[in-house]
Amino acid sequence: MTGRSLLDNRLLCGAIGIAGLFCVAELAGRTGLIDPIVFPLASTVVGRAVELAADGDFLADVVSTLGAWAAGLLLTVLIAVPVGFLLGTLPRVESALRPVLEFLRPIPSVALIPLALLLFSDRFDMKVAVIVYAAWWPVLINTMYGLRDVDPLAKETLRSFGFGPLAVLWRVSLPSTAPFIATGVRLAAAIALILAISAELLGGGSSGIGTFILESGSSTDALEYTVAATIWAGAIGVISNSLFTLAERRLFHWHLARTEGTR
Amino acid sequence: MLEISNLTHVYGGGPGAHHALGGIDLKVAQGELVCIVGPSGCGKSTLLRSIAGLLRPTGGTVTLGGKPVERTPDDLAVVFQDYSRSLFPWMSVGDNVALPLRRKGMDRPRRREAATEALEQVGLAGAAGKYPWQLSGGMQQRVSIARALAYRPALMLMDEPFGSVDAQTREDLEDLTLRVRSHHDMTILLITHDIDESVYVGDRVVVLSKAPATVAGDLRVDLPGPRDQITTRENPAFVHLRAEVGRLVRGMRNDPAVSS
Amino acid sequence: MRFLRALGRLWLVPVVLVAWEAATRLAEDIFFPPPTTIAARMHEMWFSGPAERLWLTDAALENIPTSVGRLFAGWLLAGVIGVVLGVMLGRSALLSRFIDPLVQFGRAIPPPALLPFFLALFSVGAQMQIATIVFGIVWPILLNSSDGARHVDRQHLETSTVFGLSRSQRLFWVILPSAMPKIFAGLRLSLSLALILMVISELVGSVNGIGFQLLDAQRSYDLPGVWGTIVVLGVLGYLLNSVFLVAERRVLSWHRGANRTT
Ligand SMILES: Nc1ncnc2c1ncn2[C@@H]1O[C@H](COP(=O)(O)OP(=O)(O)OP(=O)(O)O)[C@@H](O)[C@H]1O
Ligand SMILES: [Mg+2]
Repeated sequence: MTGRSLLDNRLLCGAIGIAGLFCVAELAGRTGLIDPIVFPLASTVVGRAVELAADGDFLADVVSTLGAWAAGLLLTVLIAVPVGFLLGTLPRVESALRPVLEFLRPIPSVALIPLALLLFSDRFDMKVAVIVYAAWWPVLINTMYGLRDVDPLAKETLRSFGFGPLAVLWRVSLPSTAPFIATGVRLAAAIALILAISAELLGGGSSGIGTFILESGSSTDALEYTVAATIWAGAIGVISNSLFTLAERRLFHWHLARTEGTR
Repeated sequence: MLEISNLTHVYGGGPGAHHALGGIDLKVAQGELVCIVGPSGCGKSTLLRSIAGLLRPTGGTVTLGGKPVERTPDDLAVVFQDYSRSLFPWMSVGDNVALPLRRKGMDRPRRREAATEALEQVGLAGAAGKYPWQLSGGMQQRVSIARALAYRPALMLMDEPFGSVDAQTREDLEDLTLRVRSHHDMTILLITHDIDESVYVGDRVVVLSKAPATVAGDLRVDLPGPRDQITTRENPAFVHLRAEVGRLVRGMRNDPAVSS
Repeated sequence: MRFLRALGRLWLVPVVLVAWEAATRLAEDIFFPPPTTIAARMHEMWFSGPAERLWLTDAALENIPTSVGRLFAGWLLAGVIGVVLGVMLGRSALLSRFIDPLVQFGRAIPPPALLPFFLALFSVGAQMQIATIVFGIVWPILLNSSDGARHVDRQHLETSTVFGLSRSQRLFWVILPSAMPKIFAGLRLSLSLALILMVISELVGSVNGIGFQLLDAQRSYDLPGVWGTIVVLGVLGYLLNSVFLVAERRVLSWHRGANRTT
């Protein structure tokens, strides 16, 4: 009975899963199944990760990456949301632009990094530019998609009360599109982090998590630091994702309630 | 063959619990065709699902051929009430009918042959190559009947199998059920809303009370000769039985005291 | 007629190209070469070979198939791993409870961060690139497959129980087909991700491939070459996506049909 209820505890099970992986990796290293020189011991990596958390240089790198990430994301939202609204409310413009967008979208975003390296002398600008290019697609598409989902009745109601198109946009379209935009931003956040680190890895110099990984590559215990930094990168990803999810739940619980209710 | 004793089932727990079955006793002999009628929502599907081993009843026992039902028994087929969701949309109609035959160790040509034959029986000879969603509701229902027929089970459970077919097809399927039963010595449990139908096809009609369902009446249908849609239905015995079942079901609805 | 209408919808594309040409010619900025220059450079890099080789140059024949080969190798491998693990997680609530946090963590790691790690593990070459691609794209496939396998219609499962399907029959005839729309959604997403990871892995650790050509052009300040490579990659992405959509439409025709009627 108690065993059953213990297994029902998601948190506990998850912790056991993580601990299990740790033990397997550690054992594989200790028994020589995996050569510790090729692949560092799990305990060493965790130790390095803890060390890094108190390492000023690494923290500065994290701040630098997050700075570019936040700036890129903000700029993305500032550009993609208005454009999405424009395209969503003007179908003629949208259908004219669609082929152009359709040609641009498949371009793999990281391919722009070498070009951006030549175009921008400043590393920060360069990072922000490639982030914006890659991250704006989910925001744009979600905005347009959400706009299509706006209840026409709500718009008509407001119009019948004599509100102008701007008021309708502000009071109906924007609020009911907001949950979709939020989802787009959450997806964009993950992409932005990928692009920030990619740009740092390819750009060299300057600072950032990617730069840290690149530079530690030249030391003898490189791999330990590389993996430790990667773990932090993953942790940042998890944290950002859960914060965005939490914010979405908080802000748009009415939306969730509605969509789940109709199911 | 099938023995149900003091079967109870409660959905959920606490104050919101729903007592669906309130102690059902029922015996069905080999080769019998028993119709079950009862008001909507009384627990007919619940009863059928516990016989099929799809649901673990909260009390009582179901034994099939002397063995208690714990998992779904072999040699059992179900025609589900929700026919549209019980066919697989990614398979053609023919494949849907033939799929269960795989475990009978039939090879491909024989499976196909059996499927074609069953589809012919339900009047869908040409539909084997189509997908279920290309057929009308009534046709889909006939496909799921064909699937059960092709499987040749010892016990067939049918949950309102003729619910959404037109009157003519309905009569044909009723006659088909009677034929199949006598040809293959199948035992059939058929749930229906239609009192006429229950008397026409059944050897027995079992009337359930409303929830929590108990057996409110169990009538033997003794009609002379082979059944025929026209003559049987004008037979005085038929008219009399129909009225009796009707009274039982109606009593369920008007007078709650009967069910308790 | 339909063709003409389709062409009519594309009217903005030539307008943009002409405007771009005019603007870049006027600006004379070496960083923004005119489209004609880019096209000429692309022709020179890839399409000026002999006719019997479909006009492909040595460089094109060496780099494009290599890149595409790695991309597909990684994609297929990730597809197999993702679907197998995903279906397991989807069908076992207990297993998914243990593994879920690991999956969430793994998917949050920006895959390029692992490049140096894979580089150290496998050294420069196809192995390292395929490892990067697989690690980066397996997550959408895994999550979609497990979602699809988890939400199989109960009636479908009951039907397979009633008709006594064995475990493997149930898996191959019921669970997998019903998860297929989700699995395909994951595969499509991961195909475009695979292209991205292919490029970055070639930018970081490779001696051939389209990404390497891009790096080469960038290092030698060959701007038309850089732009041209980006165009080629875009076309490749477009083709991959279109081919996939056609395949998906064929395999999932039942899904569209079934959803239209209900
Ligand atoms: N999974 C479930 N959870 C909770 N309650 C349920 C569940 N399934 C059925 N019920 C309830 O049990 C009762 C009996 O349901 P059942 O489906 O057996 O009725 P039925 O006699 O087959 O009705 P109908 O003739 O409409 O098909 C209903 O009141 C229903 O609300
Ligand atoms: Mg029912």
